Amino acid sequence: MIELHDVVKSFDGQAVLDHLSLAVPKGLITAVIGPSGEGKSVLLKHMIGLMRPRSGRVMVDGEDITHLGREALNRVREKFGMLFQNAALFDSMTVFENVAFPLEEKTKLSRGEIRDRVHEALEHVGLKGVDRKYPDELSGGMKKRVGLARALLLNPQIILFDEPTTGLDPIIGRAIHQLIKDTHARYGFTAVIVSHEIPEIYDISDQVAMLYRGKIVEMGTPEEIQRSTDPVVRQFISGSLEGPIHLV
Amino acid sequence: MLLVIRKMGELTLCFVRELGRMLNFLLYALYVIVRHPGKPIHIIKQVHFIGAKSFFVIFLTASFTGMVLGLQLYYTLKKFGSEGVLGTAVALSLIRELGPVLSALMVTGRAGSAITAEIGIKRITEQIDALETMALEPFKYLVSPKLLAAVIALPLLCSIYDVVGIYGGYVVGVKLLGGNPGAYFSGMETDVEWKDVYSGIIKSVSFGIIIAWICCYKGYNASHGAEGVSRATTAAVVMSSVLILIWDYFLTSVLL
Repeated sequence: MIELHDVVKSFDGQAVLDHLSLAVPKGLITAVIGPSGEGKSVLLKHMIGLMRPRSGRVMVDGEDITHLGREALNRVREKFGMLFQNAALFDSMTVFENVAFPLEEKTKLSRGEIRDRVHEALEHVGLKGVDRKYPDELSGGMKKRVGLARALLLNPQIILFDEPTTGLDPIIGRAIHQLIKDTHARYGFTAVIVSHEIPEIYDISDQVAMLYRGKIVEMGTPEEIQRSTDPVVRQFISGSLEGPIHLV
Repeated sequence: MLLVIRKMGELTLCFVRELGRMLNFLLYALYVIVRHPGKPIHIIKQVHFIGAKSFFVIFLTASFTGMVLGLQLYYTLKKFGSEGVLGTAVALSLIRELGPVLSALMVTGRAGSAITAEIGIKRITEQIDALETMALEPFKYLVSPKLLAAVIALPLLCSIYDVVGIYGGYVVGVKLLGGNPGAYFSGMETDVEWKDVYSGIIKSVSFGIIIAWICCYKGYNASHGAEGVSRATTAAVVMSSVLILIWDYFLTSVLL
């Protein structure tokens, strides 16, 4: 379980997370929605310790990671996998090397075992015959699949998805969502998905949290969010120009 | 007046903070070398990149530096009837000073800028974050191998620079201008001491640390997209070059 208590983060004096509190239940898919530039990715980076809050606490399975040193933090990060917005594949490595990298560095598996595990992971995300390609030879959707294969390979307990379908066409976007749903059903990890894909995100998430002005303004099941009477939530999910959310 | 004092204070604080961050960065890179030594292949690749791939530019600049030295010193020494010490003068200038400094400046331009750009791009495309999320130590892959490789490659490049430069001086001073070939090398044998050689090596080792340190630091802390990487690369090259020259002065005054 991931818990954020009263977290404050600001950049150049501007609060991005403003006394934010959120609890992500174990084994479920939690979606964080909200307008662009509201700090959804910043929130995700706090959960894995890539950013530290100015005040407040971040807890992972009951352990306070807010002030952990590098090595202790790495021990907590063993539980995590992360799919970045642009997949963050290592550009000087082939697809095979990218996916094999965590196995080569963190396990003592033989070359043959690594090869089998990588091929299995790539097949699982629907990619075959791309082992020798470099990231810049792949489409956006393929990159995300490779990133997902790499994130899944060490069987993490928690996976963070930073806008996994942004920039993809609706069909590929749906395929990625389905892939997340299937892999979650298979491995049972805790997932946090940052997204503004409304209404698609309702299909795969167990609960949805709406982030606005540095705070979680509403949280509930997808059905509860769709029935919400909060004007911010209503405007965001309807995509209306009229309401409390102003375009900057 | 108060505003000026406040501004100066802010700038001083900013400078001290940056210096502290840079020192922390270097110390942590050294700690990672000891605590999490990487695979030798990573270091070999970097020695190849920083060292072997700089060979051509080092060869070219060393040849012409030696040739210019041969030309200038021949006519200067001839005025005093001392052209017999041409070899010693060329060798000492190169081994003590020009070899380490110019080879370091060449490596800064060729490899240092590339190091900053490479790490900077990895930073802005979240590849460094990806390493961290895998609970892997980014310094182990991106910084420490480069630091070690620079410490290995720079003295080797400096030695090549010295040898090629000495032969460049020989071609001009002896072959073209008609100096005495025996005197060119025999003077070197008697007047160039081990102390001169190892002071040059010490210099190039420390320049290797400076190049890898500054260039990795600037790349690691790059931000704001492609323009940020470009700014970081420029800053890394300028800062490394200036620091090499300043450090050279202090080191020379200690080693002489």
